[in-house]
Amino acid sequence: MSIAPRLTIRLSILALFAAMSPLGASGQRPAPVGRPAGRPPAPVRPAGETIAIVGGRILPVSGPAIERGVILIAGAKITAVGADVAVPQGARVIDAAGKIVTPGLFESATQLGIVEIPLSADGTADQSTTDAGLSAAFAVVDSFNAETTLIPVTRVEGITRALIIPSGKHVLLGQAAVVDLSGAQAPDAVTRTPAAMLAQLGEAGAAAEGGSRASAMLRLREALQDAADFARNRAAWNSAQRRGYARGRLDLEALAPVLRGELPLAVAANRASDLLAALRLAEEFRLKLVLMEAAEGWKVADRIAAQHVPVVIKPLTDIPSFDAPGATLENAARLAKAGVTVILSSFESHNARNLRQEGGNAVANGLGRDAALRAVTLTPAEVWGVAKRCGSLDVGKDADIVVWSGDPFELTTGPEHVFIRGREIARDSRQRQLLERYRTIR
Amino acid sequence: MNVRTAGIAVLFGMVAAAAAAQSTTDKAARASDPYPSTYQPAAAPATVIRNATILTAAGPAIEHGSVLLQGGKIAAIGPDVTAPAGAVVIDASGKWVTPGIIDIHSHLGVYPAPGTEGVDDGNEATNPNTAEVWAEHSIWPQDPQFDLALMGGVTAMQILPGSANLFGGRGVTVKNVPSRTEQGMKFPGAPYGLKMACGENPKRVYGARHISPDTRMGNVAGYRKAWIAATEYRNRLKRWKDEGADPAKQPDRNLQLETLAGVLDGDILVHNHCYRADEMAVMIDLAKEFGYRIASFHHAVEAYKVRDLLAAGGICASMWADWWGFKLEAYDGIRENIALVNDAGGCAIVHSDDANGIQRLNQEAAKAMRAGREAGMTITEADAVKWLSINPAKALGIDKVTGSIERGKNADVVVWSADPFSVYAHAERVFVDGALLYDRTDPAKQPRRDFVVGLTPAETAR
Repeated sequence: MSIAPRLTIRLSILALFAAMSPLGASGQRPAPVGRPAGRPPAPVRPAGETIAIVGGRILPVSGPAIERGVILIAGAKITAVGADVAVPQGARVIDAAGKIVTPGLFESATQLGIVEIPLSADGTADQSTTDAGLSAAFAVVDSFNAETTLIPVTRVEGITRALIIPSGKHVLLGQAAVVDLSGAQAPDAVTRTPAAMLAQLGEAGAAAEGGSRASAMLRLREALQDAADFARNRAAWNSAQRRGYARGRLDLEALAPVLRGELPLAVAANRASDLLAALRLAEEFRLKLVLMEAAEGWKVADRIAAQHVPVVIKPLTDIPSFDAPGATLENAARLAKAGVTVILSSFESHNARNLRQEGGNAVANGLGRDAALRAVTLTPAEVWGVAKRCGSLDVGKDADIVVWSGDPFELTTGPEHVFIRGREIARDSRQRQLLERYRTIR
Repeated sequence: MNVRTAGIAVLFGMVAAAAAAQSTTDKAARASDPYPSTYQPAAAPATVIRNATILTAAGPAIEHGSVLLQGGKIAAIGPDVTAPAGAVVIDASGKWVTPGIIDIHSHLGVYPAPGTEGVDDGNEATNPNTAEVWAEHSIWPQDPQFDLALMGGVTAMQILPGSANLFGGRGVTVKNVPSRTEQGMKFPGAPYGLKMACGENPKRVYGARHISPDTRMGNVAGYRKAWIAATEYRNRLKRWKDEGADPAKQPDRNLQLETLAGVLDGDILVHNHCYRADEMAVMIDLAKEFGYRIASFHHAVEAYKVRDLLAAGGICASMWADWWGFKLEAYDGIRENIALVNDAGGCAIVHSDDANGIQRLNQEAAKAMRAGREAGMTITEADAVKWLSINPAKALGIDKVTGSIERGKNADVVVWSADPFSVYAHAERVFVDGALLYDRTDPAKQPRRDFVVGLTPAETAR
């Protein structure tokens, strides 16, 4: 249950791949993947005009629901939210009567823009590095491609920001970035980088480092100790007056903000014992810890809550394994009940668009609706350090707004309007164009 | 010898002859069905479900309808039914009833939880043709994923070998019931399936080993060679039978060719993993070349591009609601795929191929229904439920006995807490052959496979 396979390939397909050798051995290269016909769609309207979303049930997340409210957008920002907001003359008015208006959704564990096709299409997948000398420093933002075909199909489902995370076979996986899904390239699309340092313990960590949970933990502690020593003795190291380190300069530099408690260390682990081990590590080094996956989080929810550690979970995780014998659909509800800060995530890329299905299932299994909405909007914005920009419908924030035909978590509803940084996003996508192409068959 | 003893002798003789005949029948049955089903429906009281919205998969929805389950069968269905005295009465006001969900593409038991290497039994990836392997010989009936699927309303499924090979082996249809043995789950009378695979997987697996197939043309050559051998084998057997079936001259058995010959005889149904439209068209021609039928394409991510060919050929397409892009042959997946196949008059099926997905096939159908509606197609809940029940039953050859709520069919029925196409709906009660196998409100009616017993200490157990 490591982050890597979840993100790239679904489980049963993985089972098939387990029996396979790498394609490279055959000397065959897959045909180059061309850009699909038609460039990624341009936003429908330019930013700059004033837009008024009028009459909807507004769920600002930062405050109580507003019935028949008004939201004003000017440029990239929200300029007014309330029940008694006058609509300026000349504004483009969107009638949201009978609709639900929420902040754009935030996916917290995905590889949008850094992987196009994960299997047998070398060159389209940049989510991990095989460079043995590089792990903590590996920064996904340098691979980010806003013209990926994955983004248009994701944002039409109301997802407007994402934490793009690295994966691979290291204990320290590298640096994650928050991007918006407007279609803008880096750096314009980048809300924050690095936004987190990713690591993995438990079964995945053991597989990456020495075949044991203990060896993975030891290497992680070694990296943190070395980075601390490096930070204190940089001048001596520069003049070769300091001992050697297990990692190179790039990794040691990248870990400095983690050690200062500024950059969250997001650790993927599932088994209760592994989650406790991560909590101990965070105490030892005074880290700003975030737990990822945490399928058995509910078992140690009190400890997680006491240490004020946020948890990012995939609600639809209930298959028992030795890494998570206690996996349950009620994980989100139980964590929230214990006072843990919960974030819901799809842990998917091509189907990150199913984030709201994950949320709906969390609600179906005991999580409150408001809590579920917060867990895919404001909470991730706070935890990843971008809440000044997004996550709720408040004046001054970026206008990431979704007008829904109904309950945002239902399967038969959908977004009618999606705004990212004040621009309405077109519904177009490569998939939409394929539909149109084959709507009739000749 | 007096008359009386003679009579007894005659009687004994008759018994002995009958016993000999019985034994011959057994032997013949064993030869054609060497691992027979031992499934027995659980004893169940007559049960009547009242006041439900019923999606029968055989017609329009019935509002405030009732279903009577009796003797393991659907005994009556309609606005009102007469229940026998003593029948269990379930007031399903506000609830919905559907046929049991049938997953045509599962690997439960062959890729069981806990997912360790020791139970990685789904792909005999040692040769591109392993038609001789049978998935049922890998199935671990203690896979806890069966219980999770039951909680999602799944009452039957086909368990297939993986797709590493051109011919992966035989699939088997099972009832989703707790059992110590696989034979105890085996769906009585269901035909076997043959798993075939197109495209990237076989050529990747074997190409990497520098053996054929290394290309798609290598794939097709591999199928054709095998069907030629199967045709010859079948002819040899037929000649031998025509010439008196002399045991001394019986051709050697060949497990691999037996399965392929079973397809040519029409006894085994072809389930063909195939993503791309153009490859499906080639497989249709291949089937014509050798005279067999394809029951269903599986995954069929590009079914929408050839939905006319599929409908004309009477070939079902078993699809995901929205999986796409994880390899190039899945890159053209669109969410309207299922709806478009349905709209063209084809046989659309929602399948899982996934231990998570099988728990929520109703949700997958809901997403496909929404996509179709947003694209302008008219799709009712009564249509969409067929993707989960009668259509897979047809493709599996079990539609005479299950797959819809119709009088005389097996009482495989799910009571849902709400509209099953809502994300908030739970399967509350699941009946297989009229027996209540799962009840969300009754822990005593929530099966737990051996694997999870004691796995989590009692003090933290869910």
